[in-house]
Amino acid sequence: MRNVAWRWGGGSVAILVAIIVFIVPFAFIVFTAGKTQAEASFLEFTWPTEWVFFDNIVTVLENRDFLLIRAFVNSTILTVAAVSIMVVLGAMVGYVLQRRKSRWNPLVNGLVLAGLIIPPAVVPTIWVLQGLGLFKTLVGLIAVHVAFGLSFCILLFRAFVATIPRELDEAAIIDGAGPVKLFFRVIFPLLKSVIVTVIVVQAVTVFNDFAFALYFLPGDENATVQLTTFNYRAQSVSAFNLLFADVLLITIPPLIMYIVFQRQIVAGMTSGAVKG
Amino acid sequence: MTTATATGRTSTSPGTIVPSEPVKRRRMKSSYPTWFFIPAGVFYVVLFLIPTIASFYFSLTRWTLFDVEFIGFDNFVRFFQEPQLVQGFVNTFIYAFLTSGLKVVLGLLLGVFLSSQIIGRGFLRATVFFPVLVSTIGVGILFQVLMDPFGGPINEVLATVGIPGPGWLTDPSLALVSVALVDVWKGVGLATLIYIAGMVAIPHEYFEAAKVDGAGAWNNFRHITLPLLRPATVTVVLLSLIGGLRSFDLIWTMTGGGPGFTSDVLASVVYKQYQAGFFGLSTAGNVVLFVVVAAIIFPLSWWLNRKGDEQ
Repeated sequence: MRNVAWRWGGGSVAILVAIIVFIVPFAFIVFTAGKTQAEASFLEFTWPTEWVFFDNIVTVLENRDFLLIRAFVNSTILTVAAVSIMVVLGAMVGYVLQRRKSRWNPLVNGLVLAGLIIPPAVVPTIWVLQGLGLFKTLVGLIAVHVAFGLSFCILLFRAFVATIPRELDEAAIIDGAGPVKLFFRVIFPLLKSVIVTVIVVQAVTVFNDFAFALYFLPGDENATVQLTTFNYRAQSVSAFNLLFADVLLITIPPLIMYIVFQRQIVAGMTSGAVKG
Repeated sequence: MTTATATGRTSTSPGTIVPSEPVKRRRMKSSYPTWFFIPAGVFYVVLFLIPTIASFYFSLTRWTLFDVEFIGFDNFVRFFQEPQLVQGFVNTFIYAFLTSGLKVVLGLLLGVFLSSQIIGRGFLRATVFFPVLVSTIGVGILFQVLMDPFGGPINEVLATVGIPGPGWLTDPSLALVSVALVDVWKGVGLATLIYIAGMVAIPHEYFEAAKVDGAGAWNNFRHITLPLLRPATVTVVLLSLIGGLRSFDLIWTMTGGGPGFTSDVLASVVYKQYQAGFFGLSTAGNVVLFVVVAAIIFPLSWWLNRKGDEQ
């Protein structure tokens, strides 16, 4: 019948198209990363005649005095630090914003929206960072990521806190919990599921960031992973095998995140930025 | 819950009666202290608010590493006189509206399709979505190679079926569009996902009722799916426009604004002027971008949300 034809026919055609449009480009990365430099320069979508995949990976990792490994360390510190700060501070704001109706709320809500929409003023930000002595430091870059990531976190936390019954707060207050204890001991643990969502989405965002690192943390000695690709593009002899080995390596962490946390990512990406 | 709050002096949450506080303090503060805003506020004010406000001043200056000189609106005059800067301005709109439009249309079709009963649905959803999470730089490099006019795989494939492939990124009239298409390739998964979430929210009874009334697939789509997906569409439009107007990473990776300055957008102009040491001009570009984004997004979101409420 028609439904069966649709189910199998439509599905099969779609799978075929999806493989060509989305999977083949990624297979191209893997194949090219496995080729010798000479073979890779043909830019062909072919199975490598000689697999030198691991040699290429090792070369990329060792290149320029282990630059990529240092970059991975930097990116890891950056991601962990920025996301942790964002989560705690964002949850504090989202919680009070939802629970307490104060005259500050419209202002805070407006600022949160502005943070989502308005593009960063880059050179003045550099000026501020320089004034604080944080320009070209990892700490400075972490702070910038926190400032720009907070809005998204606050929106998610505010929406989730609304689902936690107030009776819980009241019970804790009656038991003598002060505001700090109430939040960190009672509310924060209850936010677990949305915290996972925020962590995963923001970790991918921070890890994949390119523009902020380019502006606020230029230079090789503390490069983040996204900037390492420039080493292979600037070279006169284009080593596509190494370039793609590098691309593959920096692509893997977000993909692992996706495979493990698919549900949370989907939830965060569809719900988070929806409502103003 | 609305009236009692105006004073702000009331101790715990209003609207509920908490008999008597067992803990005795002289001035019982709210259990939801406003100072919780402060730590986040410090980051926000220092690194977002101050630079944004300062940008309005610095955009009126000739600003180098060494000194700042007030020059009035010269930067803006220059911005709209130099052809390459004007091109960047115009391209920003082309890029944003092209990517946004395509993401809405393709995302809607894919979202509806991937909500129907087909085999491999989970696989398809995952496949469409995963480029969203991949590094933009990685995608840019990949497609730069795939779109290579000499021996790049895309043109090789086109050649086998007898179509001479264009110079995707080297043809001045095509470069911006090519990058926009890659942007859609990378971002359509998010739009699709939002539409799928919207589809899930549509009660199944509507379709059953329509079936009783003898509505066909097209009528279902036109009169049930489309109107009820409106919130999803609003989200996709706003998100993709915000992203599109601010877009930098992909363009910078794939073309660097070239050939010439034919694929420059405001964000890449800002970076180029910064690199060249024209901090004032760069900041003026930032202010123009700010105004463009604000002038499009705020009225649009107000209008879209208002129309939604009326229905």
